[in-house]
Amino acid sequence: MARIDVNHIRHSYLPNPRTDADFALKEVHHIFEDGGAYALLGPSGCGKTSLLNIISGLLHPSHGRLLFDGKDVTNLSTQERNIAQVFQFPVIYDTMTVYDNLAFPLRNRGVPEADVDRKVRETLEMIDLASWAKKKARGLTADQKQKISLGRGLVRSDVNAILFDEPLTVIDPHMKWVLRSQLKQLHRRFGYTMVYVTHDQTEALTFADQVVVMYDGGIVQIGTPAELFERPRHTFVGYFIGSPGMNVMPVAIEGKTAMLGAQRIELPGAPKAASGAIELGIRPEYVRLGRDGMAVQVSKIEDLGRHKVVRAKLEGRDIAAVIGEDETVPADPRVRFDPAGINIYADSWRVEMGA
Amino acid sequence: MEKTWNNKAWFLVLPVLVLVAFSAVIPLMTVVNYSVQDTFGNNVFFWAGTEWFEELLSSSRFWEAMVRNLIFSFIILAIEVPLGIFIALNMPKKGWGVPVCLVLMALPLLIPWNVVGTIWQVFGRNDIGLLGYYVNALGIDYNYVQDSFDAWVTVIIMDVWHWTSLVVLLCYAGLVSIPDAFYQAAKIDGASRWAVFRYIQLPKMNRVLLIAVLLRFMDSFMIYTEPFVVTGGGPGNSTTFLSIDLVKTALGQFDLGPAAAMSLVYFLIVLLLSWVFYTVMTNYDAER
Ligand SMILES: Nc1ncnc2c1ncn2[C@@H]1O[C@H](COP(=O)(O)OP(=O)(O)OP(=O)(O)O)[C@@H](O)[C@H]1O
Ligand SMILES: [Mg+2]
Repeated sequence: MARIDVNHIRHSYLPNPRTDADFALKEVHHIFEDGGAYALLGPSGCGKTSLLNIISGLLHPSHGRLLFDGKDVTNLSTQERNIAQVFQFPVIYDTMTVYDNLAFPLRNRGVPEADVDRKVRETLEMIDLASWAKKKARGLTADQKQKISLGRGLVRSDVNAILFDEPLTVIDPHMKWVLRSQLKQLHRRFGYTMVYVTHDQTEALTFADQVVVMYDGGIVQIGTPAELFERPRHTFVGYFIGSPGMNVMPVAIEGKTAMLGAQRIELPGAPKAASGAIELGIRPEYVRLGRDGMAVQVSKIEDLGRHKVVRAKLEGRDIAAVIGEDETVPADPRVRFDPAGINIYADSWRVEMGA
Repeated sequence: MEKTWNNKAWFLVLPVLVLVAFSAVIPLMTVVNYSVQDTFGNNVFFWAGTEWFEELLSSSRFWEAMVRNLIFSFIILAIEVPLGIFIALNMPKKGWGVPVCLVLMALPLLIPWNVVGTIWQVFGRNDIGLLGYYVNALGIDYNYVQDSFDAWVTVIIMDVWHWTSLVVLLCYAGLVSIPDAFYQAAKIDGASRWAVFRYIQLPKMNRVLLIAVLLRFMDSFMIYTEPFVVTGGGPGNSTTFLSIDLVKTALGQFDLGPAAAMSLVYFLIVLLLSWVFYTVMTNYDAER
């Protein structure tokens, strides 16, 4: 178990990177605290896997250092770093039994056979494959293979960190839920440092204490699920987290007022240093639909069971609002923005508002 | 519902039947025909029954050639398969080295058999041959014309030189099909070089290796041209393999009957051994 310090890491897969666009990781500088459970969230191709591979030593970064508990490990091999990693696609050793697959990482490290047996049985129990122990791994289904992959990551108890790269993609929803809670339990019990990559925000928000959102080769925000939801630092985080995503609209600022076309919106405070392209972001949960405020044309109402999503046009732009299950849309619908939910962005980055 | 009978579809199969008839069945039947008759020339044949088969199976010459051939096949397999795997493992997986290696590897395979024989025949000569001359100059007494051991060494090295590439190329094809993720997982799991070979690379090469062994076995069991060009089956009969013996009988002595009987027995042996190889290896594969 270790504190992982990712120190100004940049990485390019090209031999001679010139511009920023040549870098798969533009600049990642972050500390994963010892024993923390982190979710790494981001769209496809943003560099999640690359970052994990750099931490585990499968990839050597073009620039920057990596420290475990303050010790520089940038040039150490994967084996010396002692990291467990579960890959995006299941990797199993076809010719071995399920049992031997799980025993493999332990035996390679010369763990005494009695301990191997104990650990493997424990892990088999956890991934629900105990009755398959003696079977050859090759005939298994995709989700069983994925579980074996996961099991090989969990079987070692002395690792510095466990990295999961979308480990539950091919597993059915119920089992997904079971495994995820087991991972959480395991985390509480052993206090591993865990980094969990996913596309799925619910998965990220339920698993992690801290969610790291990546976008285009960099980290755009790190925070608790609530912080990401309430105060997205970047409009991308606003779009990406939450469903539907945040409403973002270009506005002009005048003191404590934002002008959206002909509409004037009162802000909780005057934005500081608002230059560049200014946008106002508000989550659909903070858009109040009623009989007063700005006039909108409702185009669609989606009933999601627990709540309804209202799609409408405000000043010619699309806007979404969330209303309760038994609320109805009035005849002449209007919206107000709850000041608590308003964020102002300059060139996509959030700016603070004064009193 | 009434079933309509229409046999026109058979016409579509006809070309294949004709082709197989002319390329395999008819020649084979001719051989069967010869094998049960005797002739003194002039196209006059007498019924001989199983006489030739009995004679053949009791002749020590045939069995010696057979044993020789089995030993030869065994030796070249024992060398070419491990060597082929070893080379394939060490070939580059990407970059400019790949085409270079592939072309170098393919070269020996593209040379006609008799040219390969001639190359080694000259190469090994101890008066003008590069190899023969210098080996002798080093003080090693090497003469494949007179010494049967030297003749064997020459024929085996020649075969290894000619055919290891085939094993290499087949294994290489198996190796490059392994996704990177497997090597990455092996690193995470702390696998040794040997474990990577044993549990990742070998299982992937399994199938192509089966093909390589089969091809090399059948081919070496039917080997004719190369040793014939180099040693002519000598010195004595020491490098007379089955097919050389067959040709000596059929053409040299023009004994069509015994030669035909021999071809049939020979054909059955290759068929049988290939089948055994295949069954054993696929069963082994299935049960693992
Ligand atoms: N081996 C490689 N060689 C060259 N480019 C690569 C390689 N691996 C990844 N890349 C590039 O680096 C960028 C980041 O890739 P990475 O696999 O880290 O993304 P990711 O966030 O894991 O995506 P996904 O969610 O699809 O798995 C992508 O643009 C990708 O095309
Ligand atoms: Mg990935």
